[in-house]
Amino acid sequence: MYVAVKGGETAIENAEKLLAEERRGNPDVPEISLEQISEQLSLSVDRVMAEGSLHDRKLASLAIKQARGDLVEAIFLLRAYRTTLPRFGASEPLDTAQMAIQRRVSATFKDLPGGQILGPSFDYTHRLLDFDLAENGAMPEPAPEADTPVDATMPRVADLLGEEGLIEREIPNDQDAGEPLDLTRDAARFPLDRATRMQGLARGDEGFLLSLGYSTQRGYGRNHPFAGEIRLGEASVEFIPEELGFAIEIADITVTECQMVNRFQGSDEIPAQFTRGYGLVFGHNERKAMSAALVDRALRAEELGEATDAPAQDQEFVLSHADNVEASGFVQHLKLPHYVDFQSELITVRALRAEALDKQAAE
Amino acid sequence: MPPPSFDATEHGPDTGQIGAKTEANQIRSRRMSVLAKAQPDRLEALWQKFDAHPKWQPLKATETGMVMVRGRLGGTGDAFNLGETTVTRAAVRLEDGRVGLSYVAGRDHQHAETAAVLDALLQGQDDECDLERAIIRPIETEAQDSKAKRARKTAATKVDFFTVVREREA
Repeated sequence: MYVAVKGGETAIENAEKLLAEERRGNPDVPEISLEQISEQLSLSVDRVMAEGSLHDRKLASLAIKQARGDLVEAIFLLRAYRTTLPRFGASEPLDTAQMAIQRRVSATFKDLPGGQILGPSFDYTHRLLDFDLAENGAMPEPAPEADTPVDATMPRVADLLGEEGLIEREIPNDQDAGEPLDLTRDAARFPLDRATRMQGLARGDEGFLLSLGYSTQRGYGRNHPFAGEIRLGEASVEFIPEELGFAIEIADITVTECQMVNRFQGSDEIPAQFTRGYGLVFGHNERKAMSAALVDRALRAEELGEATDAPAQDQEFVLSHADNVEASGFVQHLKLPHYVDFQSELITVRALRAEALDKQAAE
Repeated sequence: MPPPSFDATEHGPDTGQIGAKTEANQIRSRRMSVLAKAQPDRLEALWQKFDAHPKWQPLKATETGMVMVRGRLGGTGDAFNLGETTVTRAAVRLEDGRVGLSYVAGRDHQHAETAAVLDALLQGQDDECDLERAIIRPIETEAQDSKAKRARKTAATKVDFFTVVREREA
C-alpha cells in the first residue's frame, strides 16, 4: 500500500497567513503594542515569565502578542527562546527578607512587626464589572501616599514563630550537596529532593497546582494549612561574575512568596510543632504561590511520616504532570497524522469483528 | 557555555585582589549595580550629555545570555532554581587600555556597552569625580526617589486595627 508522505505545503503557507490575519483582527482597531501588554496586562506577563522560566517582560509581552493571548502557547514560545541562550551562571539566592515590600499579609497574626500591608490586590474590591473601564481615556485618581514609607525590611512570620521553637527550622543542608539539581539540564530521577521539586513547582502550570492544592484542602492529603504570610515585592538579583569574583546587582525583580504554616501532630522523633510549605514565583501571582506552598507541604508527607495516599502527595505524579509545555505537547501531538497507526487499528478491529461474526454463525 | 576568562581589572588601576571585599571592589560593585538597574533611555541621555566619550573596542563580543535566579526553601533553607533572567554582558577596552565590564538584565546591547565603558572610566575615580556626579548619582537618586514614592503609596495601604491585641504579649 502506498501512502502520501508529502504535500500540504501550500495549505500550510496559507494557513499561516490566515493565522496572521486573524491575529491582527479588525484592521480598523489600533494594533496593541508590547508596552501596552507589559503595562496593562502585567499579570499575564508575570504568569508567562514564571511558567516560561525566563524573566524578561519584553519577550513575554511579545510571546503573548504572537500567541493571540493564549498564555500556554506564549509560555511555549518563551521556553523555546530560552533554549537558544547561553547561561552565564546562577545568581546568589534571593533574600526575600530584604525585598522592597509592596504587599504583605498574614492570616495567622493580626498584629505583627511591619503590619498588614494590603498593596495592589483584587482581594478587597467588589469584584463587580467596572463599566468605567469600558470608556477609554480616564486616568485613575493618584494613589495616596503615607507620610512615612513602609519599613525597609520586615521579618518573616515564620521566623517569628521560629524564635519560640514552635515551627521547624529552615536551614541550608546544602554545604555538602553542592549545586541544586537543575530540571532544565538534568533528567528528573525520582525521588527528587525538595529543592529540585521547588523548581518544578515554580515553573509548573498554575491551574494544575491550583487544583492539586485545592484537593489537599478538600481532604485528599489534608495538611491543616494557614497562610502564615504572603509577601509581594522587589528583590535584588545578585550575581558574582567569574571575571570579578565579587557580587553585583543586575536587576530588581518582582516576586511573590507564600509561607504556609501547617499543624503537625508530631512523630516518634519530632514533637508536635508547625511545619512549612513554601512557594516562590516570578511576578505578582498569589494564587500560584499559595498553590505551590500547599503542594510543597503535601509532597513532604513521606519525609514527615504521614500517610501518602493522595495525588498531591505523589511526587512522581505531581512533577511529571505539572509542566504545561510537556502536557500540552503530548496531548496535542494527537493532532499529528496517525494515518498508518490507525490503518493497522482498522485492520485489527475488522479482523476481530469478522472472527466474532464467524463464531456467532458457527454457534 | 563557560564565561570567557579574562581579567577585567588587569589593565585598570589597582583595585586590589580580585574577589576581595576591598573598598575599591565595593565602590565598583555599587556603581556597576546602579548602571545595570538604570533605565536604558535615561542612562543614554545622561551619557550623551557628557562631552568626553572615549574610543573603545569590544574585548569580547557583547552577548545576551541568562542567569539562573535562585531562591531558598522557606526563604532561609537550601537554594533552589527559581527560573532564569535574560542578561547581557559587555566587556570593552578603551583606547588607553583600560578595561570595563557590565552584566545588565535584559537584552539591550547598547545599555550593556555604555555601562561597560562607564565601568572602565570610573575605576579608581573617587566619589566626587565628574561621572559619579553627572551619571551615577542622578540615576541612584532617581531610583531611590521612585522606590520611596512607591513605599509611601504602599504604606498608605497598611491596616490600622482599632482594637489592638498583641498576641505575642498576651
